[in-house]
Amino acid sequence: MLAEMITRLFERSLDDAAQSSARQGQWLPALWAEVEEMGLPLALLTEDQGGFGLSFAEAGEALRLLGSHAMPLPVAETMAANQLLAAAGLPLAEGPAGIARADDLSVSNGRLTGTVARVAWGEHLDCLALAVGNKLYRVPRAGWTVAEAGTSANFHPRPSLAIDWAIDAEAALPWCPLASGATVRAYQIAGALEAALEMTLNHTATRVQFGKPLQKNQVVQHELAKLAGELACATAAADLAGEALARRDVLGVAAGTLRAREAATAGAAIATQMHGAIGFTREHRLHLYTTALWAWRDEFGGQVSWAKLLGSAALAAGGPGYWPMVTAL
Amino acid sequence: MSAIPFPAPPADTDAVIALRAEFRAFLDQQLKDRTPRQRSDNWYGYDRGFSRAMGQAGYLGMTWPKQYGGRERSAFERAVIVEECLAAGAPVGAHWIADRQSGPSILKFGTEAQKQAFLPRIAAGELSFGIGMSEPDSGSDLAATRTKAVKDGDVYRVTGTKVWTSFAHEADYVILFCRTSGTPADRHVGTSQLLIDLKNTPGLTIKPIIDLAGQHHFNEMHFEDAIVPADMLLGEEGQGWDQVMSELAFERSGPERFLSSIELMVQLIEALKGRDSDAAQITVGRVTARLAVLRRLSRSVAGMLQEHQNANLQAAIVKDVGALFEQALPDIARELIDAEPDPRAAGAYASVLANIVHNSPSWSLRGGTREILRGIIARGLGTR
Repeated sequence: MLAEMITRLFERSLDDAAQSSARQGQWLPALWAEVEEMGLPLALLTEDQGGFGLSFAEAGEALRLLGSHAMPLPVAETMAANQLLAAAGLPLAEGPAGIARADDLSVSNGRLTGTVARVAWGEHLDCLALAVGNKLYRVPRAGWTVAEAGTSANFHPRPSLAIDWAIDAEAALPWCPLASGATVRAYQIAGALEAALEMTLNHTATRVQFGKPLQKNQVVQHELAKLAGELACATAAADLAGEALARRDVLGVAAGTLRAREAATAGAAIATQMHGAIGFTREHRLHLYTTALWAWRDEFGGQVSWAKLLGSAALAAGGPGYWPMVTAL
Repeated sequence: MSAIPFPAPPADTDAVIALRAEFRAFLDQQLKDRTPRQRSDNWYGYDRGFSRAMGQAGYLGMTWPKQYGGRERSAFERAVIVEECLAAGAPVGAHWIADRQSGPSILKFGTEAQKQAFLPRIAAGELSFGIGMSEPDSGSDLAATRTKAVKDGDVYRVTGTKVWTSFAHEADYVILFCRTSGTPADRHVGTSQLLIDLKNTPGLTIKPIIDLAGQHHFNEMHFEDAIVPADMLLGEEGQGWDQVMSELAFERSGPERFLSSIELMVQLIEALKGRDSDAAQITVGRVTARLAVLRRLSRSVAGMLQEHQNANLQAAIVKDVGALFEQALPDIARELIDAEPDPRAAGAYASVLANIVHNSPSWSLRGGTREILRGIIARGLGTR
């Protein structure tokens, strides 16, 4: 039901012109207004918190659709920010929001100062759900200026923000925003890979070379099978991360995000190769997904940090403790 | 959308959590003297004593009706037992095939007399089975089978050769896939399955095939006018193809498709004690993520089977991705630890590494080659 509404909205309002504007760094106010009207920013909240009480599966589907439509606006981030703010008992965002962790910010004389690196669409946000140490702050737009421009691999703004804000409210941090960010990105990766597989199946069915569709070649079929395997892994990885986040298990999030990132790498490579040269152009829509996969796989904690977190826990478990640790993820 | 759906696996119930804890305690006790090298044999470990202990404790034929010695537990509970056995390197070989595919096939297609004769003894861990599918000229292409069974009064006369039969020299029975009418050109038509008594079939000889590791798991079974009682026909004459496909579905879906080299991971982590590094943490972290996700996919398949859904495509994906994972582990270990594989080493690491290096090539061959699986997946995506 919600999935159908989201699909209809994106098919209507998220066209190539909108994607092109977003790549120039232009905010899309009309699209955002429609996203807000549908209530998507509240999609991860419980009914008590003012949300719709979506099931785990429905919430996951909504997040995957953001990926399968290459949504350029920070909708996933806003959903995650509101979930975190609500859990902390802070007011919800009144527009697009970001999530970040910056432990080296300074807190003195009631002021929060320092730089937060690479926040999606930072200039256009209403507020930032910002973790510093074990505190969560809801920093309003007036609390920062853009310190340095930045751009994601899919050409969306990732400015670094200079925070200078008189703290008017703070709360105990419910869980790490990077875990939230990594989890929503895992779902987006799964969605983007779903779209990439669909496109690759269509392309290889219709593109004829040497007198037959590409898909009739066994070597092409085997690549399609591998792509379907990566998609299956990414989808399972996102759900693994989502379930772990719900029970505040950062190791489970690490496992999910790491495998989704691997799938992004492998899946983007296969999809591009199977499209041939047209997949390397902006003429074909595949690039919306491949460039997004290359951006998303490195955001909200890098692959190295997440792998070290999970790997050091596995090494600490020791040989005999390894399997019980895996079954707890 | 064209994605192949994997439903969320069922959540662990209290009964499942209790079963896992109870079974881990059982394994700790049973396997306390098993060396790392022995554990790394994974499901090629063969120990009738262990299988009888499993049967007596109620861990075999778990999903079958009680009237046939089963426990009427869920497919998901059985999956817990299976993955814990593999993760611990338990010697499951003497009951593995029977519990996984032969028993379920007999339950599905067998006569009442066959069910009563075989199933309680399998569930007790007393009856060991092998697989009788591949032939010298019919490996991946199973429909090209030549072995012929000709009805003669109240017996079948069987002629032909089967290969790669694991444990035929130890086991009690195989389910033989053969042709009861026509020729190999008829493909799926005219094929049947027979229950073959390995210890007591006149005209059957069994010869070892030694693998590259020098181990004797495989055998060649040669039938020369071998006499098989007609009441050992499994299911219907001529329905062999559908039956054997059903048997393969039992075979392809389990966690044995990504846990074959788990003992190497255990020994790698032990070997890294005291020489932990960034590279070690990163690598072990990434391996663990892959393993956790494969396990989720496999549990999803177990959930589908419990709901009696067709999981053939999903099982093919788990097996394809799983074999890549378990085959990659030796090389991943080699990037972290300098050690020469030594099949006769006293030390755990070198002997486990050697066993895994020697055996891992077979993991993308057995139960359907990588190429066959990818063909199945591609067909499921609508490509041919």
